[in-house]
Amino acid sequence: MSLADQNAILPSAPAFSLAEPKDYFALLKPRVMSLVVLTALAGQLIAPGHMHPVIAFASVLSIAVGAGASGALNMWYDSDIDALMTRTRTRPVPSGRIAPGEALAFGLILSVLSVATLGVVTNWLAAGLLAFTIFFYAVIYTMWLKRRTPQNIVIGGAAGALPPVVGFAAATGHVGLESIVLFAIIFVWTPPHFWALALVKSAEYGRAGVPMMPCVKGFARTRLEILLYTIALAPIGAAPFLMGFASLYYGVAAMAGGTVMLYYAARLFAVGAGPEGNKASMQLFGVSILYLFLLFGVIVAEKAIAALL
Amino acid sequence: MKEAAPPRPAPELTAAQLRSRRARNTAIGLAIGALVILFYAITVVKLGPGILNRPL
Repeated sequence: MSLADQNAILPSAPAFSLAEPKDYFALLKPRVMSLVVLTALAGQLIAPGHMHPVIAFASVLSIAVGAGASGALNMWYDSDIDALMTRTRTRPVPSGRIAPGEALAFGLILSVLSVATLGVVTNWLAAGLLAFTIFFYAVIYTMWLKRRTPQNIVIGGAAGALPPVVGFAAATGHVGLESIVLFAIIFVWTPPHFWALALVKSAEYGRAGVPMMPCVKGFARTRLEILLYTIALAPIGAAPFLMGFASLYYGVAAMAGGTVMLYYAARLFAVGAGPEGNKASMQLFGVSILYLFLLFGVIVAEKAIAALL
Repeated sequence: MKEAAPPRPAPELTAAQLRSRRARNTAIGLAIGALVILFYAITVVKLGPGILNRPL
């Protein structure tokens, strides 16, 4: 029986939550957080100068918790549409394990705590950028864009792309060109990544009233845009090597990864709709995750090894 | 004088509610403990040798 059901039966009785710690952890969107940790760490490691390991750890933790807080705020606001989609209906709020007010309070408290900690530990530019990231994801994307325009994840992708900029600012106190390039990689990667999933889940998005690109512009147009964004992504992905702040290993990984992404995007464009199209969409979705982990994983690995040697 | 209403009896919690409350309390305790250790380490790192250099 959900908490809402209990309250309906006993309206005057105090509600006792059955939420477990893992439910609160799920509110933080841990899989997104793992990507934020990797990209923020990459932003820190490409920055010039040295950062004490304890300060570096605390700042990455703050950025990850800030990203998690924005995830909790997103789940609070979107619980009505999350309940309508199979992918999201088991989330803590729509399933009734956590009350919406608790998710809101959890998100707000962690937002303040993460921004204040980052400001005290590093600098207030980094803290301001983290606060802007949370605001952009929770308010600009979740509350404003998501239910209004098929460009929702294009513009909203800026929130997911900001962690390396925050990490760089935490290390240096300013926003460097290197971090802007990392921002651009994630920003251009976001549309093909999300639209590949949206092609398969378009019926659910349609039922929930979310105007994703396939629902509004159609499947063919979405597949074309995925291909165009992936064509743009391949050279941008290699830019850290071409601009000289990542090694040849990174350059090879980026070019190979970009070619594989391009192959799967072209295949999706060619096969069209139907079961084969769905299969190609999910393959591109999976490959896109591996691509981003590969690029940022190589940056982190080579900078970490260089620091240890 | 109006008599005070009798105190409302505390509702009995089910085993599942008690278990989840204990798990939440443990998680909050561990998180606060980890934050104390983290902030202590940050303080030492940021102040460095100057940690003892203060007017008495």
